[in-house]
Amino acid sequence: MTASYTTTAKGLHWIMAVLLIGLLALGFTMHDLPLSPQKLQLYSYHKWAGVSVFLLVLFRLAWRAGHPPPPLPDSMAKPLQFAAHAGHALLYLLMLAIPLSGWLMSSAKGFQTVWFGVLPIPDLIGKDKETGDLLANVHLALNLLFVAVLAGHVGAALKHHFIDKDDILRRMLPQRRR
Amino acid sequence: MKKQLFVALTASLAGLAFTAPAQAVDYATVQPAQSNIAFSYQQMGVKMDGRFRKFSAQLAFDPARPASASAAFDVDLASIDTGGAESDQEVAGKAWFDSKNFPTARFVSTGVKPLGGNRYEVAGKLSIKGRTQDIVVPATFTAQGKVGSFDGAFTLRRGDFAIGEGAWAKFDIVANDVQVKFHIVAAQK
Repeated sequence: MTASYTTTAKGLHWIMAVLLIGLLALGFTMHDLPLSPQKLQLYSYHKWAGVSVFLLVLFRLAWRAGHPPPPLPDSMAKPLQFAAHAGHALLYLLMLAIPLSGWLMSSAKGFQTVWFGVLPIPDLIGKDKETGDLLANVHLALNLLFVAVLAGHVGAALKHHFIDKDDILRRMLPQRRR
Repeated sequence: MKKQLFVALTASLAGLAFTAPAQAVDYATVQPAQSNIAFSYQQMGVKMDGRFRKFSAQLAFDPARPASASAAFDVDLASIDTGGAESDQEVAGKAWFDSKNFPTARFVSTGVKPLGGNRYEVAGKLSIKGRTQDIVVPATFTAQGKVGSFDGAFTLRRGDFAIGEGAWAKFDIVANDVQVKFHIVAAQK
C-alpha cells in the first residue's frame, strides 16, 4: 500500500499551485505597467487573490495538522529528508509572509485592501512613504526567494519521479481509477 | 401724539443700533500652516485620500455680518499629494488636471447664508480646467479667541470638470464623486 496525501490536501496543493503561479506572474507584470485603469484593476485583483491564498494557507496548515502527510521513503538519505522538510517549511513560511508583507505594504502606501471590493481588511500601519518603499522591497525579496524555493520544489519532485523513480510525485497526483 | 413720539423713539433707537460702530471682527488672515484642503474618493471600493500642499485664500468673515462675508481660494493643482509619485505625475497630465495649462483650481464665493448656530452655506463658483460650476458648500465656523476655523466638505463630480478623460472617463475604477474637505484657519485682521 502506498501512502498518499488526502484528496483535500492534493486539491489544496494544486489549486494553490495555480493561484500562486498566477499571482507571481500577475505581480511581476502589473508592476511594470504604466498607470492606467487596467493597472489599478489588476492591483485590486492581485490583492484579492493574495488575501484568498493567505486564507487557503491557513486552512491548509490546519488540515495538515489534522492529517499528517505520508512519511518520506526510507530510500531517501537523512540529510535529503531534512532538506525536503526544511524546503516545505520555507514554502509555508513564505506563503504566509508574502501576503502579510503585501498587506502591510498596501496600508503603508495608502491603498487599503478591500477584499473583493466588499470586505475592508484593516490597516495595521499608517500611510508612510518610506515604510511603503521598504515593504515593497521586502515583498519583492520574499517573492524572489519564493521563486527560487519553488524552482527547487518542482525540480526535486521531477528528480524523484524521473531519476529516483519513487512515488514522491505520484502521491500528490490524483488517484488513478482502477 | 403719544403714538407718534413712540414711533419716533423706536425709529431712532433702531437707527442707533444700526449705526452704532459695530466691532468689526474680521477673520481675514489665513494661516496656511494650520489650514488644509484634502480630498477622498473611491477606487474599486477602496477609499483613497489625498491633499493639496499649496493654496492661497482671501477671506473676509465677520460673524456678526455673515451675509457680507466673502472667500476666494486658489489651489495649486501641481501641489497635489495623491500618496504616490507615479499618480501625482499622472494627475498632472492632460487627461486629469492638465496643470500645465490650468495650474489652479479657483473658488470664488457669491453669497453666504447663515443656517443658524455656527453653520453657514457658502455659494460660489468653482473653476477647474477651464470649466466653471456653481456649488454650495456647507461650512461651520468656530472661533477661538482671535483665531477662527472654517470647516466644511462638499462633493464634486470629477466628470463635470473633465478630470480624468480618455481611459479614465469611466467611473468604474475611479469613482466620479470626490469629497473635498477643508479646514481653514484665519486670524482677525
